[in-house]
Amino acid sequence: MVEPFVITTEPLDPAPLVAAVQTPDDGAVVTFSGVVRNHFGGRPTAFLVYEAYTEMAAPVLRQIADEARARWPIGKVCVHHRVGRLEIGETAVLVVVAAPHRDAAFAAAAYIMDRIKEIAPIWKQEHWADGAAEWRE
Amino acid sequence: MITVTVRFFAGHRDIVGKATAQYTLTEGTTLGQLWEQLVAEYPRLAGYTGRLLFAVNQQFGQPATVLADGDEVAFIPPVSGG
Repeated sequence: MVEPFVITTEPLDPAPLVAAVQTPDDGAVVTFSGVVRNHFGGRPTAFLVYEAYTEMAAPVLRQIADEARARWPIGKVCVHHRVGRLEIGETAVLVVVAAPHRDAAFAAAAYIMDRIKEIAPIWKQEHWADGAAEWRE
Repeated sequence: MITVTVRFFAGHRDIVGKATAQYTLTEGTTLGQLWEQLVAEYPRLAGYTGRLLFAVNQQFGQPATVLADGDEVAFIPPVSGG
């Protein structure tokens, strides 16, 4: 049983989420993976630390999925966000959306990511390759 | 009087130096008034004024939201998930 909206310190794997959202009604499953990259604004990054207001963030992820469902005809949604120290190339967030048709699944996945970056109480601390660190805000 | 718990995250926690604090307030105090009190106590928080989201008991609130005894308050600095 995959919980749909999760904040976790564990590594993220899309496969169980894809299996969890798909039903016989769905012709499309869109998976977005947000991955830690080695630079920001031209400056090299060593690693990231994510923090969340966990008790609030998971319900906010559910709220964002409900917003998407009010806008597009989609099926099940899973959003998992990782916290703690993440190395370059590790997955920070997974957004998985099932829908009868692909247009709605693509649009809803993009909307959910945009809203996460607007309102989900989750923060990223950039640890630069030169040893400095700062919260992205 | 009422007592509320304030949670601090990310850049706020770095400024305040702790993750939680309790505040005893007069009845009728709003979220916005509590934020002003925090800015007076920790002037480095002032740069976040106007760039915050407010939460009471894990629900989004507004500056005019009136606090109640036992509330858990969070002033959410600009988020950067994803």
